[in-house]
Amino acid sequence: MANILLFGEVSDKEISSITYELISAANKLKFNEDDKIVVALLSEVIPESYENLFSYGAETVCLVKNELLSRSNTDAFIIASKEVFDKFNPEIVLFAKTDLGRDVAPRLAFKLGVPVAQDCIDLGIDQDTKKVMVTRPVYGGSAIATLVFEDVETQIVIVRPKVFEPITPTENSKGEVVELNIELDEKLIKTKFIEEVVKESEGIPLESAKVVVAGGRGLGDAKNFDLLRELAEILGGAVGASRAVCDAGWLDHEYQVGLTGKTITPDLYITVGISGASQHMAGCSSSKNIVAINKDPNANIFNSANYGVVGDWNAILPAFLEAVRELN
Amino acid sequence: MLNILVCIKQVIDPEMPSSAFSINTSSKKVEEPDGIPPVINGFCENAVEAALRIKDVSDANITILSIGNKFVTEVMKKPLSMGADELILIEGPEFENLDPLSTVNVLRAAIQKLGSFDLILCGRQASDWDNALVPLGLSEMLDFPCITIGQKIEIVDQGLIVQRTLSNGYEIVESSLPALVTVTNELGDPRYPNLKGIMAASRKIPTIWNSKDLDLDLETLIPKLKLIDLKIPITDKQCEIIEGGDDEETGRNLALKLREAKLI
Ligand SMILES: Cc1cc2nc3c(=O)[nH]c(=O)nc-3n(C[C@H](O)[C@H](O)[C@H](O)COP(=O)(O)OP(=O)(O)OC[C@H]3O[C@@H](n4cnc5c(N)ncnc54)[C@H](O)[C@@H]3O)c2cc1C
Repeated sequence: MANILLFGEVSDKEISSITYELISAANKLKFNEDDKIVVALLSEVIPESYENLFSYGAETVCLVKNELLSRSNTDAFIIASKEVFDKFNPEIVLFAKTDLGRDVAPRLAFKLGVPVAQDCIDLGIDQDTKKVMVTRPVYGGSAIATLVFEDVETQIVIVRPKVFEPITPTENSKGEVVELNIELDEKLIKTKFIEEVVKESEGIPLESAKVVVAGGRGLGDAKNFDLLRELAEILGGAVGASRAVCDAGWLDHEYQVGLTGKTITPDLYITVGISGASQHMAGCSSSKNIVAINKDPNANIFNSANYGVVGDWNAILPAFLEAVRELN
Repeated sequence: MLNILVCIKQVIDPEMPSSAFSINTSSKKVEEPDGIPPVINGFCENAVEAALRIKDVSDANITILSIGNKFVTEVMKKPLSMGADELILIEGPEFENLDPLSTVNVLRAAIQKLGSFDLILCGRQASDWDNALVPLGLSEMLDFPCITIGQKIEIVDQGLIVQRTLSNGYEIVESSLPALVTVTNELGDPRYPNLKGIMAASRKIPTIWNSKDLDLDLETLIPKLKLIDLKIPITDKQCEIIEGGDDEETGRNLALKLREAKLI
């Protein structure tokens, strides 16, 4: 029997959906019948809904409550996650590539002296070696690598968000609850949090919008985003942007979609003046439908788009906007 | 004086046209594109810029350190022409395919040989393997406070204050020195080398070390995560190109098409 330990996350006093995604990922790594999925929740508040985790496939839930386990205290999470690790001695450990996970997972791995697979989009067990095999985009998404862990005792995997779907929960499932009391000494926290400055994008949050209208360098100017805002408003969606736009200061980086920006999976993603660089597509290629308006017929974006218009947005967009308004 | 180390990496130009991107399937490596020189990883240039901004306002010495194989000296000297003081290159074929664990071990050996640093800056991730693992590992190994994805770094009294980019805004954190900070593009564009800088850099000779200089045991440099396949993803999507008599009609037709497909 082996333990698969995954670190869930709590945000705004709720279990964040990434936790359920991680359980789905862990399910793909169950090799023997009695392999056990342990979900650890480390937080300053433990949501009551932790019982739901059993319905999603958790067999053990490990709760660690401590006021120092607030998002900004990475050092506290590292100390606590090491203790959880020692308690369950898992063969496989899963984290999510979130603001928190991408800091904690690598540092835990280096503390343990074991390898870590970053940004995985598929997982499995190699039939020969019984070790974890992962698939992950590299070179900004221009290439896909398959890697397998060599003979190591612990395999740490960081999972890309919004790739694994949570399962449909079964009703009234029960499991084991382990409450772990971890003493955290404030002195061990080397980086002190001072202040958080939240800059939510206006309107519907980009990550949960069903429709996203995004602009790129081809828009030429910050004020041209007004047209996109208008379109987004009519469609009940959100505005997004490429990194070139955020680097130019036309929009804040909270709007950036891509490898180092947000990962989105809307039903409809409309891009205007975006070339479709692999690093941009890394954040939006799972959109259900992609529409591209670009004047370059050879632009990369047309390889990922369902519908495309080759042309100058200056001429196309106003008519499109007008027609959308009429149809709505 | 503040002793700053910036760790940088030479990478294949990530902005090269996708048509120039190819993979050698037998060696499982990305081919170096013809006629497109490598570059310093963008986030590493941001880290150099961060160091220079500190040097702009305080007394600091900036050492640049890189591990790799087949360095293009002209490319790697750019931080010197931007204003950094020294360049150390750890070069050899044995460093071609280092995994993050090994990279950290080599960096640590080099740092031990170089002396002590008050601040280590790295790019938030490298644009080839997009790992974002080495700086975090290095901070663990050196037992330095670690602050990732910094967009603004200020030295105060005995410590530093860093603005960290988050998905929705940023947070401000503080730590003592020595510390390690990774830098993101939100910090702002790296400065262009000026003539004086270029002249100064042309007179500087990088220090080049190999594994013997660092007493490295090559056995320990074997990756623990084995690459078994590397391929270019295939997009089998068919893009339907919407047309019209003129641009206006095209725009209209696109809207009608999306309505027909029940997308709007
Ligand atoms: C490590 C790394 C991480 C990165 N992370 C991200 C990320 O998270 N998100 C991201 O977006 N990028 C990211 N990038 C940058 C990425 O490689 C591209 O540089 C960027 O996405 C380009 O933005 P763009 O498409 O707006 O600009 P460009 O590539 O300059 O494209 C502009 C497009 O607009 C079209 N155009 C111009 N004028 C018009 C017009 N009048 N009408 C219609 N079309 C027009 C052009 O044909 C062109 O295709 C990253 C890069 C690296 C190296």
